[in-house]
Amino acid sequence: MLPLAGLLIRAPWATLPQRLTEPDVLAALRLSLLTATLATGVCLLTGVPLAWLLARTTFVGRRFVRALVTVPLVLPPVVGGVALLLVFGRRGLVGEWLDSAFGITLPFTTTGVVLAEAFVAMPFLVISVEGALRSADARYEEAAATLGAGRWTAFRRVTLPLIAPGVAAGAVLCWARALGEFGATITFAGNFPGRTQTMPLAVYLALERDLDAAIVLSLVLLAVSVAILAGLRDRWLGTT
Amino acid sequence: MRTRLTTAAALAAVLVTSGCGAAADAPAKGSGASAKANTSKVTVLAAASLTESFDKIGVLFEGLNPGVDVTFSYGGSSGLAQQITSGAPADVFAAASPATMKTVVDAGDSSGTPVTFTRNQLVIAVPKGNPKGITSLAALAKPGVKVALCAEQVPCGAAAKKALATAGAAVTPVTQEQDVKAALAKLKLGEVDAALVYRTDARSAAAEVDGVEFPESASTLNDYAIVALTNAPNPSGASAFVTFVRTPQAQQVLADAGFQKP
Repeated sequence: MLPLAGLLIRAPWATLPQRLTEPDVLAALRLSLLTATLATGVCLLTGVPLAWLLARTTFVGRRFVRALVTVPLVLPPVVGGVALLLVFGRRGLVGEWLDSAFGITLPFTTTGVVLAEAFVAMPFLVISVEGALRSADARYEEAAATLGAGRWTAFRRVTLPLIAPGVAAGAVLCWARALGEFGATITFAGNFPGRTQTMPLAVYLALERDLDAAIVLSLVLLAVSVAILAGLRDRWLGTT
Repeated sequence: MRTRLTTAAALAAVLVTSGCGAAADAPAKGSGASAKANTSKVTVLAAASLTESFDKIGVLFEGLNPGVDVTFSYGGSSGLAQQITSGAPADVFAAASPATMKTVVDAGDSSGTPVTFTRNQLVIAVPKGNPKGITSLAALAKPGVKVALCAEQVPCGAAAKKALATAGAAVTPVTQEQDVKAALAKLKLGEVDAALVYRTDARSAAAEVDGVEFPESASTLNDYAIVALTNAPNPSGASAFVTFVRTPQAQQVLADAGFQKP
């Protein structure tokens, strides 16, 4: 809590309104919210099935895959960014083919930001959804199956509602991590205002020249994320 | 499930907070260094572009002053200046721009007047062999040429902006990097076709990168200044190092790296 207090005490309150309306601030904030939300979407679409595989099936190398899932947590984000460049960059394993076949290049694009954020935030979702699946009673699914439900129907109508709080908590963690992402983003997607400059990047660069501007940007990011998380928590988890 | 989630959340909180502070390693090495006669420590904060040269100069300095141990912390000049004004324990500061040095002087952290000890200028860095045939700043504005610049907030970005304005070249970079080494890294990785970097940076990567000189670079000449700091734990070591950087021996190291005489 102390670092937060430090920011609040040191903030240039007098010039705050004027600094907030600078177009770069709004562009960076919009981009941050957009990319973090899209990255969470990507993580949900790919992470929930992955968590289901890890929790409900047995296959050779499952332990190894589970360990791999946590790699982005251990890896310094900058290294993650370099790794993404080596795969999706212009000369990368997949990137070179994407470029020559479809003319798609991911670095320095907003899509690149989403990819970098999803890469770093994915473990938060997978781990909490897998945990939720493991503690959900598989007998409900079996009961559904005996009543004639197919695998997909059972998953959609029985499993998903059971693990909804776990998925929601995972998504919130995932979104929060994506919103604060810095290292992988600046390494993989670079920094260009309006296109790949998210709030954490704007804060870092503002710090080079103007401490007050950096503090204002940090506070905006904090205020918006806390407000959104508090709002969602009440709605999704039904806590008071 | 409740406890499981709480554990996951706590774990996540720890990981989030430790995730993204890699860029701001505080140089705390010099704290508490006592200036004893036989072993003394000099802590130098220096602009990232000085990395190769100062490493060599440090070795020379230690050779001439037995028992002295020089520790360097390299980084963006502005970031280092901020660390100094926030009280980082260091003996010497070498900045890549007068404007950055001024922030330290204005804060009262410099002991004496900073001296300009070397200069650097921009070149267009291109991959070895210059596959896109780039010979001028105007060529950077052509469609299909991906360019990395430094962000305007850091000295190399300010210099690049000035040079492009002088040349009348309307270049839209694909990225504005946080420092000159990051811009160079994007070029080495093949993600961009050209980057505006210091001549010394291009030379330090000569195996993979060619430096294309351009006439407008005269307007981008960057003065490097060095000064001993007020709160230096080792004031005598600090002034000895500042003096040594201007000796012919040290100046030769800088010239070899592509720096120019002040």
